[in-house]
Amino acid sequence: MLQIKDLKAGIEDNQILKGINLEVKAGEIHAIMGPNGSGKSTLSAVIAGNEDYEVEGGNITFNGKDLLELDPEERAHNGVFLSFQYPVEIPGISVSNFIKTSITEKRKAQGLEPILTKDLLKMMREKMELLSIKQGYLSRNMNEGFSGGEKKRNEIFQMAMLEPKLAILDETDSGLDIDALRIVANGVNKLRSEDNATVIITHYQRLLDYIVPDFVHVLYNGRIVKSGGAELAHELEEKGYDWVTKEEDKKWA
Amino acid sequence: MSEQKKQSEDELLEKVTSTEYKYGFTTDIESDTIPKGLSEDVVRIISAKKNEPEWMLEYRLKAYKSWLEMEEPDWANINYTKPNYQDVIYYSAPKQKPVLDSLDDLDPEMKKTFDKLGISIDEQKKLANVAVDIVMDSVSVANTFKDTLAEKGIIFCPISDAIQEHPELVKKYLGTVVPARDNFFSALNAAVFSDGSFCYIPKGIKCPMELSTYFRINEAGTGQFERTLLIADEGSQVSYLEGCTAPMRDENQLHAAVVELIAMDEADIKYSTVQNWYPGNAEGVGGVFNFVTKRGICHKNAKISWTQVETGSAVTWKYPSCILKGDNSIGEFFSVAVTNNRQQADTGTKMIHLGKNTKSTIIAKGISAGKSDGNYRGLVKISKGATNSRNFSQCDSLLMGDKCGSHTFPYIEVKNNSSKVEHEATTSKIGEDQIFYCNQRGIGTEAAIALIVNGYCKDVLNQLPMEFAVEAQKLLEISLEGSVG
Repeated sequence: MLQIKDLKAGIEDNQILKGINLEVKAGEIHAIMGPNGSGKSTLSAVIAGNEDYEVEGGNITFNGKDLLELDPEERAHNGVFLSFQYPVEIPGISVSNFIKTSITEKRKAQGLEPILTKDLLKMMREKMELLSIKQGYLSRNMNEGFSGGEKKRNEIFQMAMLEPKLAILDETDSGLDIDALRIVANGVNKLRSEDNATVIITHYQRLLDYIVPDFVHVLYNGRIVKSGGAELAHELEEKGYDWVTKEEDKKWA
Repeated sequence: MSEQKKQSEDELLEKVTSTEYKYGFTTDIESDTIPKGLSEDVVRIISAKKNEPEWMLEYRLKAYKSWLEMEEPDWANINYTKPNYQDVIYYSAPKQKPVLDSLDDLDPEMKKTFDKLGISIDEQKKLANVAVDIVMDSVSVANTFKDTLAEKGIIFCPISDAIQEHPELVKKYLGTVVPARDNFFSALNAAVFSDGSFCYIPKGIKCPMELSTYFRINEAGTGQFERTLLIADEGSQVSYLEGCTAPMRDENQLHAAVVELIAMDEADIKYSTVQNWYPGNAEGVGGVFNFVTKRGICHKNAKISWTQVETGSAVTWKYPSCILKGDNSIGEFFSVAVTNNRQQADTGTKMIHLGKNTKSTIIAKGISAGKSDGNYRGLVKISKGATNSRNFSQCDSLLMGDKCGSHTFPYIEVKNNSSKVEHEATTSKIGEDQIFYCNQRGIGTEAAIALIVNGYCKDVLNQLPMEFAVEAQKLLEISLEGSVG
């Protein structure tokens, strides 16, 4: 589904990603872990098409398409979803209106008629239940006055509504209390299928107690320096990132 | 900002200036015009063409004489070449008389015009329960629902008809809120106005439908000087909407309207405007000069609410105001003013508090794009006797790109110490992070801007009657099509 080859990217003259290689197949869950400043969020931004970052080399293919050639909205239409670390406020626009616009634009790009309002509402109700979201939430303005946890839950709600092929969850666990974490994780697990894939970007291991990854990668200094199964996350939790990074620093010293 | 981003922003800015006005077509209808220029004779001709009574002619001539002594105001923050008032045609009527009873009798050409404007009158009649009066150039051409309204004693007709059929009402109220001498443009209007709407809601009557007037300037070189007089008698309620468009013309067309609202004790008037006159092209050639005086007076416990969505005109000079004369009266002003390309707007409101416990609310949202200039100018005046009065003002500006301007000129005068005035103002730009967020959700940059702008204007758009809110939203999208990313 997703192939990243020797990806180099950064902001202005500062290279942050120094050659990333990653392959994600349908049905898989990958976790990308690493200390602060290792390039985790840059990777998710580049996949989503944030133009603040410049791609200096390498390529990304997504279901056979050259992802770097596509505009951010085209990537979304093709099934790429990013759950933002810091979701943005859109004052005056209700959650339901925003999601309706989002789904309508996606369907338009696919040559489909707009979804019927009654179908949309039915779907919203189902997904709200899935994420234990209370009534009245749909008419609130996008992220305006939302608590940290509500913002993250709103991201996962959108993901549930848009049914992406590839979901990237960027630090979705930060700002969540333990109950919210469980609900969000539960939602992600239920949305999992043979046809979609999830990339979880996280600093801590705790989310991975609830969403068990097939693969864990350690990102450090712009490179994936170690990959393994779910057990790698536990090892990291126990030994700390130093365990990996010291070795790595020696190599490049 | 990265080079790539800067470039794409420039491209989008370029695009916005190339977005064409979508209502630019002229209608090929024979019309009855008089030679251009203004003189006492022209005033007499207009009055004679309308078959007006002597008192009306007197009123016009007096206004004309005042106008001759007055000077065009230049305190507004707008730059334009003052029109040559001898170069304007002051009367032009589509040659189709008399006023029609049914839309089926309408000239097919004109019917096409209305279709292009997107006002399907038949449909509106059925679905929206809207009574429509259409003023094209200077004369009303269609007035629907007259009979239905008459059953309730409501008068809604062209003002020229009202002068003939209800002279006592017109004579009693015309010029009482906006005197002819009030300003240069109101004097000009009083001298030469050729049509507009008149509305009277009797005591205790709640008008059962939205009343609406559609204005269109069609003939080249003509000015449009419509006059609206709306009287809501004690305890009555009415919601009124006006919409305006004009075809594309290279020269500047003049529009100087006067609107007077009278809200008697306990009456409630809601007056909404969607203004979409031709704004001129990207280089600032052509477009309508929109110099409008709108004012209402509130008696005891009365309420006047102005809502305006201003997207058109090359130059706008307009301050819909409320005189809160009666105790406990309420004045409201909700405004969205969009300027793009080289458009200039100096608009706002005046809230004059005279009665005790009077309240006013001002929500003004400016949006500037291209190389345009948007100004909010507002006066809140609380007189000595207006004890325990309150005002809340919020003036927000949204800038798109780095070549436009926005200014706020709030004037506040408070003459007693039991009153409270609050003023909030913000200036913002559409955030790149907001646009990227929308992009990531599959919403392209243009649709994202439309969405963000709609959210920004929500407090104002919510004030519009439902079916017009949808129209206004579309208009905002059209006006800002291709704006910055």
